Amino acid sequence: MGKDIIIVGGGQAAAQAAQSLRAEGFTGPIRIFGDEPHAPYQRPPLSKKFLAKEIGFDRVELKPESFYTDNDIATHWGTRITEIDRKGKRVLTADGQAYDYAKLLLATGSRVREINVPGFEMDGIYYLRNIADVEAIQSHFKEGARLVVVGGGYIGLEVAAVAKKHGMDVTVLEAAERVMARVVDPIVSHFYERVHREEGVKIETGVTVAGFEGESHVTAVDSGEGKLYPADFVVVGIGIIPNTELAVECGLDVQNGIVVDENCRTSDPDIFAAGDCTSHPNGIYGHRLRLESVHNAIEQGKTAAAAMVGEEKPYNQVPWFWSDQYDLKLQIVGLSAGYTQAVVRGDPENGRSFAVFYLKDDTVIAVDAVNRAPEFMMSKQLVHKKATLDPARIADESIKVKEIAQG
Amino acid sequence: MAKITYVEHNGTEHTVDVANGLTVMEGAIKNSIPGIDADCGGACACATCMVYVPKEWQAKMPEKEDMEETMLDFAEASNEDSRLSCQLPVTDELDGLRITMPESQH
Repeated sequence: MGKDIIIVGGGQAAAQAAQSLRAEGFTGPIRIFGDEPHAPYQRPPLSKKFLAKEIGFDRVELKPESFYTDNDIATHWGTRITEIDRKGKRVLTADGQAYDYAKLLLATGSRVREINVPGFEMDGIYYLRNIADVEAIQSHFKEGARLVVVGGGYIGLEVAAVAKKHGMDVTVLEAAERVMARVVDPIVSHFYERVHREEGVKIETGVTVAGFEGESHVTAVDSGEGKLYPADFVVVGIGIIPNTELAVECGLDVQNGIVVDENCRTSDPDIFAAGDCTSHPNGIYGHRLRLESVHNAIEQGKTAAAAMVGEEKPYNQVPWFWSDQYDLKLQIVGLSAGYTQAVVRGDPENGRSFAVFYLKDDTVIAVDAVNRAPEFMMSKQLVHKKATLDPARIADESIKVKEIAQG
Repeated sequence: MAKITYVEHNGTEHTVDVANGLTVMEGAIKNSIPGIDADCGGACACATCMVYVPKEWQAKMPEKEDMEETMLDFAEASNEDSRLSCQLPVTDELDGLRITMPESQH
């Protein structure tokens, strides 16, 4: 009986788990299968500095090739796993090779949600998820080019900001009545709409896409209400879908993500999962979460590695996220779903620096901080300990951030 | 290129060569040195790459910008020698640098 650990997936959770397995003292064989041709790299910069060509692949790559050889980790980049045989305890690659495992980690991540309207297969329509996507998008970067972004979420707005800085003519189409509607309060949405407009980006909300116009290459986006938005190229950012097919097909419990416990164990005691693909319990919020974040990928990678070698480092984290657009750094602590009151500190209507505290009754459950590092840092602790806050003290800027929770 | 020594909270030392153009944080991550988390990968967004820099080396580094300064002000275990290592580009001048790391970045 071998001790082999196999990791399916080549993203940040996979790389972290491999590193943590060796750090935990595991000396048996480790194999990683990733379907991209690259070793694991950071995804967050893809819609930020990497898209803007401010940094190259050497800066987004997580580990040099020597990390894998020095740590005796067998890598299979560009190799897709197509089946998990739980009875035989082995995985099968697309070309029919079989590899045995003692323990298996699914770090399969997520993929983009595709837009399925007439014309969607034309050239010049892109998604943004991996290096190849970015390179294709960059090939259209030239001053004056017309870019239509479909979807006003993080990805869409970050792409819009970078493209604008490169002198392009940018329009963002958002189906909801406001941008980032899924994750922030209207105060924050309206702030970002204002800033993008001030920077020269056209933001159109309440616009759904009925189809794409063009011969073989897209020339316009059709809203279906008689309005066409001319485009030299299009970037679609309308969300992601967890990659759970392998888990479903081998009979693991999957409900909006691969169901794991606080140690990243699935319904099979020898199979673990980490990162975007999991539905996991969160002790701070008291319910299950599926998160799309690098912090989650890293922390679950650590937890899963520990569990695979028989240690327990249960995952219990306050989620956090960030977004860079123009000179704005948005840092989000926690999840605001279910909030009863949003309290503003600062002036989102005129300035470019403020924070929104989300309270559920009197307890702070999340904070959005725009160019407000003190509020962000402080709220990491406040959300973790479920602090009760007085809205009047939050809004009063004469009270120092460190003293908000007092009084 | 600079030879940098990273000292863990428990005293374990790691000395590695880090290429110019990378940051002190990236030198740790690429060499799998424990003690620096760097969740955000260097965007100055998370304050999980905090290190302590001896006074004599501080002058050879760029001054703190507002973002770094305020993040450090609120980071647990930070003191006047603290820097966010993602904000420290490696140059020949840093050859021989020795930094220490906190017990935890969270």
